[in-house]
Amino acid sequence: MHREDFPMLDQDIVYFDNAATTLKPKCVIDKMVDYYSNYGASAHRGDYDISYKVDQEYENTRELVKDFIHARFLEEIVFTSGDTEALNMIVRGFFENLLEPGDEVLITKSEHASNVLPWFSLAKKNGIQVNYIPLDDHYYVTLDNVKKAITPKTKVISLAYITNVIGDIRPMKEIIHFAHEHNIFVLLDAAQSVGHIKTDVQDLDVDFLVFSAHKMCGPTGVGVLYGKKELLETVEPLLLGGGMNESFDNEQAVYLKDLPTRLEAGTPNVAGVIGFGSAILYLNQIGLDTIADYEKELRTYLIDKLLAIPHLDIINLESDSGIVSFNVNGIFSQDVAYYLNKYNICVRAGNHCAKILKKEVGVANSLRISLYFYNTYEEIDALVELLSDKDKILKEML
Amino acid sequence: MDENVRREIILDHYQNPKNKESITDERYLKANTNNESCIDNIDLYVLIENDVIQDIKFQGEACAISTSSTSIMITNLIGKTLVEAREYIAHFEAMVNELAYDEAILKEGIVYSTIYKQNNRKTCALLPYKGMLKLLKQYDTLKK
Ligand SMILES: Cc1ncc(COP(=O)(O)O)c(C=O)c1O
Repeated sequence: MHREDFPMLDQDIVYFDNAATTLKPKCVIDKMVDYYSNYGASAHRGDYDISYKVDQEYENTRELVKDFIHARFLEEIVFTSGDTEALNMIVRGFFENLLEPGDEVLITKSEHASNVLPWFSLAKKNGIQVNYIPLDDHYYVTLDNVKKAITPKTKVISLAYITNVIGDIRPMKEIIHFAHEHNIFVLLDAAQSVGHIKTDVQDLDVDFLVFSAHKMCGPTGVGVLYGKKELLETVEPLLLGGGMNESFDNEQAVYLKDLPTRLEAGTPNVAGVIGFGSAILYLNQIGLDTIADYEKELRTYLIDKLLAIPHLDIINLESDSGIVSFNVNGIFSQDVAYYLNKYNICVRAGNHCAKILKKEVGVANSLRISLYFYNTYEEIDALVELLSDKDKILKEML
Repeated sequence: MDENVRREIILDHYQNPKNKESITDERYLKANTNNESCIDNIDLYVLIENDVIQDIKFQGEACAISTSSTSIMITNLIGKTLVEAREYIAHFEAMVNELAYDEAILKEGIVYSTIYKQNNRKTCALLPYKGMLKLLKQYDTLKK
């Protein structure tokens, strides 16, 4: 669908690495070029027309984000450089002040490094304990397993909504409901979900939610930190400086601005944020339900075809997202990726930043296909044909 | 070198690598070697006595080029004196970097003589050598 909107697809490539980053539609690129060409001033600072327009466009994106994830207040939307920065801001600016030695955070073995390493760092610094919710046979998180993993010391559950290797959609509403009954905060890493399934932070009742623009047709270098207003109020800024202060005279007299500006120190990624707004409008136009349905169809088609190839080991046979991880029997994943690259097919090989997952799954590295709405059945056919001939892979992978 | 022969040698060393076993013998020096930009990850174990390489083993997961290159390097280095080993490594590196080298010294190692054409695979072929140089340095330090 909508392939004509993506300049990258004018090239002869098949792009199957959408979990890493998605392609950008022309409207997003044009919007950023327009900013740089026609009103490239700073935000929040100027007293002249074009600067006013920057403010308007920048804040317009905040509105769009708010509606996109159905947040209650504009102040709950903070722009960051990405999902990773947002996660670090919450762990260090909120939980570091709140958690005490011995307190527990629950994650899983299939989390992305960005939802693991900040916690490890805090564990080392503050003596909190990082524990893992056990994954079931499909590497899923179930509410039952969450219940089993919780102890009186559990203070936070920090999970990806959709994981980037297994692609499972976690039953977050149920988990959050249960967590809140036990006074446990929930932090949701929505990097892989926002551009693929609908997000409703009020319906989820999630405490914090983070994501990156570049995985949903937006530019790189922009992300969002959503937090419930009363919680966000207490997040301590990691970055101090211009833009976020109200006034200062000396060490004792520093006054910070209100949310969300307080958490957006320095000149922000103005072009990126403005371009991001265009990406949201674009996705809204297509409709997330349409995207999700189409992705599901594509995935089923892909899985059925891959299952017919005897020399493939599929890691996540069942999952509701467009992510499929697998290996060609006896061939290192990177070699297969090189081979596919010769036919201009872009797939990812490796551990996909989920390094602690390997012990659970039993394989360290895999190939990953991640689909988006501009992928086609024909592209899948081309991939499947190339994978079905193992001798050809062995012959041509070098 | 004929392309088919080249491919066969590389594939053979990839699918049936020589000296791929783990070692617990304390006398072996150990080093890990990996590529930052990719997922190759190899452990090398080396036994050096009287400045002669008595044995080398390796373990790990890596691509066809890295694995075969490790297997071939080990085959060629076992039995060499440290001086000979360094000479071999220098010739191999020269070949990969398109400089003058001696085919006779490199033996099967010359299957990578055209690897410079694939810039992203040069580091794969060089991976075990990076580890080997680390180990030789380790040995020198221990001897002092
Ligand atoms: C589940 C998950 N979390 C976090 C991230 C990090 O996102 P970013 O690199 O945009 O900060 C990713 C991206 O790969 C991801 O897939």
